[in-house]
Amino acid sequence: MSEHHKETFLTKYIFSLDHKMIAKQFLITGMFMGVVGMTMSILFRLQLSNPGESFAVLEFFLGEKWAPGGVLDPNMYLSLVTMHGTILVFWVLTAGLTGTFANFLIPLQIGARDMASGFMNMLSYWFFFAATLVLMYSLFVESGPAAAGWTIYPPLSALPQAIPGSGLGQDLWLIAITLFVVSSLLGGLNYIVTILNLRTKGMSMSRLPLTIWALLIVAILGVLSFPVLLSCALLLIFDRSFGTSFYLSDIIINGEALHNTGGSPILFEHLFWFLGHPEVYIILLPALGIVSEVISVNSRKPIFGYKAMVGALIVIAFLSFVVWGHHMFITGMDPFLGSVFTFTTLLIAIPSAVKVFNYLATLWRANIRFTPAMLFAIAFVSTFITGGLTGLILGDSALDINIHDTYFVVGHFHIVMGVSAIYGMLAGVYHWFPKMYGRMMNKKLGYFHFWVTFISAYGVFFPMHFLGLAGLPRRYYTNSAFPMFDGLTDINEVITFFAIIGGLVQLLFIFNFFYSIFKGTKASENPWKSNTLEWTTPVERIHGNWPGEIPSVERWPYDYSKPGADEDFIPQNVPLKEGETEH
Amino acid sequence: MESILVGLIILLSVIVLVQLLRVNELISEVKNEDPNEITEKDNNTQGILTFLIVGVLFLAFVLWQFKYWGIHILPPASSLHGATIDTLMNVTLGLIIFVFFLTHPVLAWFSLKYRGLKNSAAYYYPHNNKLEVIWTVVPTLVLTPLIIYGLNVWNDITNADTTNSKVIELYAKQFNWTARYAGEDNSLGKANYKLVKGLNELGVDMEDENAEDDIITREVHLVVDQPVLLKMRSQDVIHSAFLPHFRVQMNCVPGMTTQFGFTPTQTTAEMKEQEGEDFEFVLLCNKICGAAHYNMKMKFIVESQEEYDTWMASQKTLKNTLTLN
Repeated sequence: MSEHHKETFLTKYIFSLDHKMIAKQFLITGMFMGVVGMTMSILFRLQLSNPGESFAVLEFFLGEKWAPGGVLDPNMYLSLVTMHGTILVFWVLTAGLTGTFANFLIPLQIGARDMASGFMNMLSYWFFFAATLVLMYSLFVESGPAAAGWTIYPPLSALPQAIPGSGLGQDLWLIAITLFVVSSLLGGLNYIVTILNLRTKGMSMSRLPLTIWALLIVAILGVLSFPVLLSCALLLIFDRSFGTSFYLSDIIINGEALHNTGGSPILFEHLFWFLGHPEVYIILLPALGIVSEVISVNSRKPIFGYKAMVGALIVIAFLSFVVWGHHMFITGMDPFLGSVFTFTTLLIAIPSAVKVFNYLATLWRANIRFTPAMLFAIAFVSTFITGGLTGLILGDSALDINIHDTYFVVGHFHIVMGVSAIYGMLAGVYHWFPKMYGRMMNKKLGYFHFWVTFISAYGVFFPMHFLGLAGLPRRYYTNSAFPMFDGLTDINEVITFFAIIGGLVQLLFIFNFFYSIFKGTKASENPWKSNTLEWTTPVERIHGNWPGEIPSVERWPYDYSKPGADEDFIPQNVPLKEGETEH
Repeated sequence: MESILVGLIILLSVIVLVQLLRVNELISEVKNEDPNEITEKDNNTQGILTFLIVGVLFLAFVLWQFKYWGIHILPPASSLHGATIDTLMNVTLGLIIFVFFLTHPVLAWFSLKYRGLKNSAAYYYPHNNKLEVIWTVVPTLVLTPLIIYGLNVWNDITNADTTNSKVIELYAKQFNWTARYAGEDNSLGKANYKLVKGLNELGVDMEDENAEDDIITREVHLVVDQPVLLKMRSQDVIHSAFLPHFRVQMNCVPGMTTQFGFTPTQTTAEMKEQEGEDFEFVLLCNKICGAAHYNMKMKFIVESQEEYDTWMASQKTLKNTLTLN
């Protein structure tokens, strides 16, 4: 039975229950937030490479109050850093990435007509939308948006006297994140239930595409960790507004001794990072899933070591819950705990190494088709290696002492989590665009976008390791207060140069995206000659996905270039031939 | 006016782009081909580009950075435990640089070698248990000693015997540092944030007799090769006491005392000879703490016992400071 029915503009494009439309809503909101977050980073990069200089663009965006005479105000600098992190981590790489691809791919790839609860799914988007509005509104309040860093450690985030951003801006931040958590939980529960219950006939767990495995594990991580962030935020709201002392103790601010005693900021850090670290993998795992799929399809080869890939995902996800303390080696936490967290953290290198070698083995003797998506997937392998390796330094508590909170950390996590996840997301957009909009994205613009992005991303983030090894702390408004950092100007200029180039070329991607929605060349049903079920749906996208019966699944998704087959791919719904064994 | 111009320029460039794409598509139409289909020519070009940019340009850029920006890396540690951190760092860096330069050329080479050309075909190779065991076991074998080595260094640093260390308190607040020497008795007087008032800016409890000989200073002098134990407190928000040259860092958390013990091994004078006249050991704040976070610093001076004694003799004890005024 088809669920396709007559729809008005409102039910089709706004309050849609169709998972494909909701995915696009997440994607476009995420892209919008991506542009906002990226613009912020370029604004503060201008200050970092040219401290104290006047820029018309700063005054244009920030006005006379926050950029008097075109020079960035130190408080606004911290606000921009904070909002850049918040937007990129939560809005773009969590909601924008998982929201898009979990919604889009889960029903299509497991053979379901829609999510288990279309209504909850719609609510998930609209909570996210409300969160977005609140967060955006906080940019325009008198005292400025939140400024205590995206990790909002109290007491700085708890005391409006400590920094202007901790006034109304921080309240709005907390409300936005609360709405965000609700959205994430509604989505996550839906993803889990859908994957476990709505798989079509024959789609056993061992025949799930790796994208779905990754999204399932991500949803479980989110459901287990986001509630902790919620409680963490609620206690902070209590401390801020109702005079409690969960995180506050023995404080004098602006000459006034506060009544709070007995609380501990360390408690906040534990709660925050109990979410915060799984969050890193909530961001990374969907990208790993997408990349596995894209590499296999475009290598025209099965992904190497399917079971090991699933096992590695599960091990990484499990370990991600027992490593949060590596963010806290030098906070005054018991050093013995530091040893435990060093041990668990460095263990993550093992499943990560397995994934990298499996990707390389997939490329070995492949027949690579270089779509823009494939290029982004290859670039992902590169950044995953580069950023993962520096994790061996940061995860080691003894080494962390001297590079904690320096630019080394900024370089590390931007490469391994930021850039990698963005590459995964862009690979996903280029790869599934034909299924989303029935048209192709422009190939030449895609290539151009890729190469400029690849070069500028490394141009921005690799040099940061040297800043960090020189001892430069992150979140410094300028490094000109310390003569020991005087020699670092040229590095900062290179970084800003590439940041601007890399930022501008993303506009070209957005242009390509919207141009192709309306004017792109028409796509065929299965333009990449792919095996997974979404490519058996018609080009016209209907609510319910398949006009007739849902296809049943007869084989795993990675039968590419299988000996004895007529073509170099065998879709999942094609029955095994007589005498053919399943991989 | 300017913004109208900028808007117009943006609009015009979008129109130009659209027209370019249309022309491109029309040309393809005339040639009767799909402009967005990935052709053998694309595979060839992009495969070669991947090799050149990922495998050559990027790796060359990395080497270039080590050559030209490596000089900015901090000089070798000026503390006992710092030297062990540096060795661990060099071992780890050596390992990751090796793996980096092993895997990247493979990635770039496979991209080039296995680019899809006419008549090329992929090899169906879904798994190989032996290979997978190898690349699970080898990283494990490499990591195990590295983890044990790291844990040993960490335990030596954090469990160091501090019974003979000179105790100095670092007191952080927005946006400066204050130091308090424990004095003759090497024991800091108790403190309470409610006692912070007037000249008693650290809230020291003067009822406590340990407090009488405490000495408050605006810079820290240390005796070379003599162990010190830094005890940190904060008045308002979290700060972090970061002494990069000594490989020392510890957060200063309101409501609790944290500590870090170390032994300086080089004097400021020696470092000036080595690094230039401008060199100073410096304490930075390394936890976001507010608008002037970037400018929160205190000078550390490492000197001989005689120089230290001369300086110390000129300092007033807390009892003197508070009663004389």
